Amino acid sequence: MSVKVQDLTKIYGTQNAIDHISFDIAEGAIVGLLGPNGAGKSTTMKILTGFIPQSSGQAWVHGYNVAENSLEVRRLTGYLPESNPLYTDMYVQEYLHYVAGFYQVARKSARVKEMIDITGLGIEQHKKIGQLSKGYRQRVGLAQAMIHDPKVLILDEPTSGLDPNQLVEIRKLIIEIGKQKTIILSTHIMQEVEAMCERVIIINRGKMVANDSVAQLQKRATGAASVQVEFSAAVEAAVLKKLPGIIDVKNEGGNRWLVSGNAKADIRKLLFDFAVQKQLTVLSLNQRENSLEEVFRELTRKK
Amino acid sequence: MFTVFKREISSFLSSLIAYIVIVVFLLVTGLFMWVFPDYSLLDYGYASLDQLFVIGPWLFMFLIPAITMRFFSEEKRTGTIELLFTKPVTDLQIILGKFLAGFALVIFAVLPTVLYAITLWFLADPVGNIDTGGILGSYIGLLLLGAVFVSIGIFASAITDNQIVAFILGLFLCFFMYSAFDSLKLLNLPVKTQLILEQLGISSHFYAMGKGVIDTRDLVYFGSVISLFVMLTKTVLESRKW
Repeated sequence: MSVKVQDLTKIYGTQNAIDHISFDIAEGAIVGLLGPNGAGKSTTMKILTGFIPQSSGQAWVHGYNVAENSLEVRRLTGYLPESNPLYTDMYVQEYLHYVAGFYQVARKSARVKEMIDITGLGIEQHKKIGQLSKGYRQRVGLAQAMIHDPKVLILDEPTSGLDPNQLVEIRKLIIEIGKQKTIILSTHIMQEVEAMCERVIIINRGKMVANDSVAQLQKRATGAASVQVEFSAAVEAAVLKKLPGIIDVKNEGGNRWLVSGNAKADIRKLLFDFAVQKQLTVLSLNQRENSLEEVFRELTRKK
Repeated sequence: MFTVFKREISSFLSSLIAYIVIVVFLLVTGLFMWVFPDYSLLDYGYASLDQLFVIGPWLFMFLIPAITMRFFSEEKRTGTIELLFTKPVTDLQIILGKFLAGFALVIFAVLPTVLYAITLWFLADPVGNIDTGGILGSYIGLLLLGAVFVSIGIFASAITDNQIVAFILGLFLCFFMYSAFDSLKLLNLPVKTQLILEQLGISSHFYAMGKGVIDTRDLVYFGSVISLFVMLTKTVLESRKW
């Protein structure tokens, strides 16, 4: 096991920031840590990186206990904190050299250059960090987290504040890195989880409410699948509802309908056949790919 | 430790603080030593560097907290402290790295004043007739006093995330350690208590070294105060774990 967490609890005052969380992460996995704001994602990450200690329970990184062998754990992990703090008065290269100094990095200059290439910082590498835009700062944050080739990468909202192009690039980068490393990342964006993660751990108010593969979680949601369909002419709701396997029909204005039906039967085919039969034209037909979002909402609803 | 030290030094060099501190220190000591008629060595008539060692501690009292105020408070404010504390270094190594960086700056500020001593050597009549032992002792005392002030300043910086608070607190603590005990002993107290109070302050030890006698008791005193404040800093930083 690359990361092992057992009964981890953190109490701030009287509030349980995290409450008896246990999970294992295999080597080389990319795991998404999800949860609403204040659920305890960052707290979990801070304990794993040795910034704050847990109140009770244990956690190990590559067999090293995070409380007892903190320095070993820190050597093995790379960490990008939530707000991506950086020394704004330092130059990009200078900063990466500085971070590399904390670890036994062989051939420092070559490694710094490599990280600059990997994270696409090339054109900005001679600037001060304070002059960089948010997206480039995020890259610097990623570069410093990875400079010592850590076995485990802990990234707290690595894609926040990036523009869509950067988002795609950083995701690609994380997936690429994740081929050799264990990555734990937190995010609010469900598409991101679907794009990057193999496993998902969902925390709600300090408690773990799900720990499953993305595919499994998606299946859990699909009791019903929704399809948005637009016909060329008016249709009556009652008629639609009578179709086999349709559970619910909702008008979304004009001739647009949101139809939910049994997930096992593909209702798109059903709707298309229906349209042909009624001599209607289907103007648009979209499957709503929000299954994970649904699961998330369901699991993290206030109890 | 060395990594932290290097980063702080390069941060000094890239910001104005270091230059200002060194220039102000040299300017003020230079003015008092050579220019101001009431204090100037040239009018004074004695071949001594006393002016430097009287004014030095008071200048350090302002300048050193100004150097050290950002050490931890800025890291706390910007959040970089989280990065620092998740790197494979102990808290003590971080503190010592910063301490040494501050101390190095103190040395750089004091170093050029050796020119004053050399000048004095040639001004003396006959040439070279100066109290070399006393001057050497005073220099060691001044550096140790600088080191104490650096440790106090770091402690003040660790307490707060506000640099101005850190500066004022550091200034106050430096003042208190340097001279408050001397003044407190003037209270109507038993002689024994007065002696203890005097021993607690920095100035008595500093002036003892100025006589050219390097007493282990003074060295132990300086070492203890530095260790005390380093340990206090460590405790403050570890309070995040409580």
